[in-house]
Amino acid sequence: MRFPCNVLRPLNGLDSLLAWLDDRLERSARGPLRDGPTAFLLLLPAFLIVGAFGILPIFSSIHLSLYGGQHGQGPFVGLGNYLRAFTDDAFWSSFLVTLYYALGTIPATMVLSFAVAYGLNRLVFGRGLLRTAYFLPYVTSAVAAAMIWRALLGGEAGMLNNALAHWGIPVQRWLLEPRGVLHLLTGGFVPAAVGPSLALCCVMAFEIWHGSGFMIVIFLAGLAAVPRELEEAARIDGANTRQLLRNVTLPLLSPTIFFLLIVSTIKSFQSFNGFYALTNGRQMPDTRNLVLYIYSTFYERGELGYGAAVAALLSLAIVVLTVVQWRFAGRKVHYE
Amino acid sequence: MKRVVPHLLLITGAAFTLWPFVWMISTSLETLREASTGGVGVWPESWHWENYVLTFRAAPFARYFANSLGVAFVVTAAVILTGLMAGYAFARLRFCGRSVLFALILGTMMIPFEVTLIPNFVLISRLGWYNTYAALTVPWCANAFSIFLVRQAFLGLPGDYFEAARIDGCGHLRFLFRIAAPLVKPTLVTVGLFAFLGSYNSLLWPLVVTADDTMRVVQVGLMAFSGDAGVRVHLLMCASTIVILPTVALYFVAQKYFVESALGAGIKG
Repeated sequence: MRFPCNVLRPLNGLDSLLAWLDDRLERSARGPLRDGPTAFLLLLPAFLIVGAFGILPIFSSIHLSLYGGQHGQGPFVGLGNYLRAFTDDAFWSSFLVTLYYALGTIPATMVLSFAVAYGLNRLVFGRGLLRTAYFLPYVTSAVAAAMIWRALLGGEAGMLNNALAHWGIPVQRWLLEPRGVLHLLTGGFVPAAVGPSLALCCVMAFEIWHGSGFMIVIFLAGLAAVPRELEEAARIDGANTRQLLRNVTLPLLSPTIFFLLIVSTIKSFQSFNGFYALTNGRQMPDTRNLVLYIYSTFYERGELGYGAAVAALLSLAIVVLTVVQWRFAGRKVHYE
Repeated sequence: MKRVVPHLLLITGAAFTLWPFVWMISTSLETLREASTGGVGVWPESWHWENYVLTFRAAPFARYFANSLGVAFVVTAAVILTGLMAGYAFARLRFCGRSVLFALILGTMMIPFEVTLIPNFVLISRLGWYNTYAALTVPWCANAFSIFLVRQAFLGLPGDYFEAARIDGCGHLRFLFRIAAPLVKPTLVTVGLFAFLGSYNSLLWPLVVTADDTMRVVQVGLMAFSGDAGVRVHLLMCASTIVILPTVALYFVAQKYFVESALGAGIKG
């Protein structure tokens, strides 16, 4: 026995259309799982798009990576593109840049964001305002933000150089400096080609500034879930702030830390906008990460197959790293 | 004293974080001479609001904005709609292959976008969509993350709601659009905010699939402008300010919902 909906609600166009659709869908359903037709209709748009642009390309990418030459029209080369990557110096140097970048940004952003979130969580007033201030760089476009940094760092008369001149620090070339930061700090003791370049370090500093807002908000969400009673109980038992942090707060936050570690590793291996905008699309080996290298191989040189192979290797690296983190860090995560 | 020190530290940190933006706005109002001498001070000697007019004249920013905002609005609306529909199906409907399909969707979250970049570029070219609005919008109209978030939100709703509506003779579609959708509004706002930010701030994809100046979105336009106007710092800062403005405004509007759903089950899954 079904009561028509319009007894309960005034009928209007959309309502009657939905009711009519519901009726048709239910009539066409058979068997114990009666939601089949409705589910089909609801899932169709999402699956058309995710299928065509998210699932299908995974397979066509592998297919594409087996062909050489320009614009995917070259001969079948099997694993040739993959072997070529392993002997390609440019590939290895961009891999190294990607690695330096991940190591230089993730731990620093995490520690800094945790400190800020921990402080904000304890604030009595002004918390919302300060949180907004810290989150602001994250919502701004990396390109526009990079323009500001380029203007601040750029040129011999740039703001930063002028400010540092007050303390007698010599003029630096910042984003245009290909020499290693260790080389500059040790006054030339370490060879210039060793370690990340000063330009790369500027990109890292930019990313720490630009990306920490996200982590702060997530850390704040995690900290809000830490029960106050636990901290108070530990306090009464005579724990100091350091012990409290180590034995209560951090273990309770470990799922959040773990989530951020995985997400930020993936993000750092995929970063493009900051690199591209800060270096103005120049392809210098010391600031070219793997994504920029892929972009230049397939878009500027038209080598689709080789680009797809490098992309596959990068993805493999991401998957391996995620699994390793899951196995080793995941074990230390404390779930309630 | 114990309360003052953290406050001071956090305010100093926030000042450093915001400093580049303050510098950007003040530089955008200075004369070229003042802007390029790189003074430490942030207070312009005189205020030159006409710089903004000059910027709009120096490059077709109005067109870039129309492109970016149009694309971002369509993508945001579509992501909310497809996420709502698929999220509801995964949360509340019983049909065969549900777990397999859901795993398939979740699987796409693990695949880095670089892998899909080249084949999607090829697909777009084959479809004849190169240098069109379709190329900028269609591939981004649905994503796994949104579907996942909406599903979690629907799972959090009491099942009684649906039972009650059901007894009153309300079918799935009417229940979804009339009753359930308004109940998960914070999640929908969060999904929409991320979709808008992702679309508006994207650079690599528009760079790859568009060629003409008339098809440029603001991020690509700003990159091009920085090449043309590299030396005219004050105009570059005007352009950066207007590019940043919509997302900051949107964040302030959506902030309440965003924080609510980030604090909730949403992000922790």
